[in-house]
Amino acid sequence: MKLKDTLEETYVALSANKTRSGLTMLGIVIGISSVIALVSIGQGAASGITSSVQSLGSNLLQISPGAQRSAGGFGVSTGRGNAETLTQADADAIASQVQNAQAVVSEVSGRYQVTAKGTNTNTTVDGVSPDYATVRNVSIDQGTFITDTQNSSYAKVAVIGPTTMTDLFGADEQAADAVGQTIRIKSMEFKIIGVTVSKGSSGFNNQDDMIYIPTLSAQRFLSGNKYLTTIDVQAASSDSMTQVEDDINTLLLARHNISDPTKADFSVLNQADLLSSVSSISSTLTLLLGAIAGISLLVGGIGIMNMMLTTVTERTREIGLRKAIGAKRADISRQFLVEAMTLTVIGGVVGIALGAGISLGVNYTGLVTTSISLEAVALAFGVSAVIGIVFGWYPARRAAGLNPIEALRYE
Amino acid sequence: MIDIKDITKTYGSGDTAFQALKGVSFTIEDGEFVAIMGPSGSGKSTLMHILGCLDTPTSGTYHLDGKDVSKMSDEQLAEIRKDKIGFVFQSFNLLPRTTVLRNVMLPLIYAGVNEHEREKRAKESLLSAGMVESHFLHKSNELSGGQIQRVAIARALVNDPSLVLADEPTGNLDTKTGEIVLGTFQKLNKEHGRTIVLITHEPDVAEHAKRIITLRDGMIVSDKKHQQKIAHLHHEAQTS
Repeated sequence: MKLKDTLEETYVALSANKTRSGLTMLGIVIGISSVIALVSIGQGAASGITSSVQSLGSNLLQISPGAQRSAGGFGVSTGRGNAETLTQADADAIASQVQNAQAVVSEVSGRYQVTAKGTNTNTTVDGVSPDYATVRNVSIDQGTFITDTQNSSYAKVAVIGPTTMTDLFGADEQAADAVGQTIRIKSMEFKIIGVTVSKGSSGFNNQDDMIYIPTLSAQRFLSGNKYLTTIDVQAASSDSMTQVEDDINTLLLARHNISDPTKADFSVLNQADLLSSVSSISSTLTLLLGAIAGISLLVGGIGIMNMMLTTVTERTREIGLRKAIGAKRADISRQFLVEAMTLTVIGGVVGIALGAGISLGVNYTGLVTTSISLEAVALAFGVSAVIGIVFGWYPARRAAGLNPIEALRYE
Repeated sequence: MIDIKDITKTYGSGDTAFQALKGVSFTIEDGEFVAIMGPSGSGKSTLMHILGCLDTPTSGTYHLDGKDVSKMSDEQLAEIRKDKIGFVFQSFNLLPRTTVLRNVMLPLIYAGVNEHEREKRAKESLLSAGMVESHFLHKSNELSGGQIQRVAIARALVNDPSLVLADEPTGNLDTKTGEIVLGTFQKLNKEHGRTIVLITHEPDVAEHAKRIITLRDGMIVSDKKHQQKIAHLHHEAQTS
């Protein structure tokens, strides 16, 4: 029996019972479309999280001061990050001595009350060195970022984030107009030289609600000491991050005269570690969504088997007749298998279309930027074909194994 | 040519064993029209299943066209049915919701005959079974009982079988329609030289054949030819 004939037989058989065929297919449609939609939402969420972590800067290592301990074995700890142990000299040493440390940025940050034109806000004022813009992916919308000259000359200049600008100058303020105006931080006047492009919030920080001023200006006018709150180091490549981290640890332990690494007065945060834990969380999430959708696909598959078994029983006499006029076991089992596979493959195609539609719809709402991966589509389609074979196999075998005499007598 | 020797068929085993055929032998030459008659329980259905290669005998031999088919496997029997036997059943003869033409082409589809050839042979077969061309594309459920049996006859003929086996073909028909169907068999036998074996429990129906084999309790009780009756009935069928 040729394939074309088998397909014709299948068409006649399936169209003879349109409602039942349609409802059976619906099970597969729902299964496949939920796999596609949920996996695309999961992957979209994962890539969203990953890109927002990467927007912090690529190949980034952040060195923060450790806890400060008073002298003695049981000294009082003030908590991590509060010690004043990092200095510009440390930053310079890293820049000159650690291999593959492409850029080093020193930061002095703190929260201050900021006023302008009678309004005021409380925001993070970050004293940064000029490399900050490249290391942390900060782009300038209007004006310029801080320069080396401004840093070394303790210039009272500021670059503000778009949220801060709105807070200070009102929602109607244009970035171009803000440049050149004056704000007061801790009663000192700073001139706005630039406004950054919006980056969106990441985690607990709103990267748009920031004021950047030169590091040295921040030390002299705001913190009043020579310590740094953070040193950002950009490694040359993602491969060299571990080496850079190890070298920084060794260098700073030596510089701070600490022999026991567990008593280090600083800590190094590796962005790669953060990324890997974030991506492992989001891939678990995608897996979970996929598993839930997979269950509905399984239920759909059992629906197919149920229908095919009913069909075999209903068509027992037809099977007997076909066998009497020369159909072999293989002809009969192929016919029922093709019927089951046709249901799942059509259901699969409709399901992929529906799933893609749902995914695009979610994308349109702007909640999550979904991404329909070719793998998910191929997998869903493959799974639907496999379901057709697996759940069609048993009914087909039952049909093929019928004794023609008994089948013809079946009432 | 059909040659069966000492065919027995036993169902079950041990105490519950039941012997449906207790040693049946006969030969049927090409071009014969034979009725196998007997009351229910006489073993005629079992004999029909064996003749139609739907089942194999417990012992004895069955040669169809010189080939021993009594020890064949299911798959080999399917092959024999496809090439050498045409069936006409009492009921459920046609696939539901399928056109007349497609029903007749079905054996050719399984035989792997190409589409063009299939249609040509199916049409020829339908015409020789007395169907008119305007009915060829009707669905099987739109036909009358007599038409259904004629389509079934056409299907039985389409693969040019050595043997046409009809199992109570008039069982579900009224007398008049039954006569027409039996007349079709007679015509095929007389004009086309088809070998036909008719299984029935009604003497009236059996009388249409040229030879009647009567079974009782799994054994042949009589085997006789009656030419005159045939000529007479055939004449009647033609004039009516």
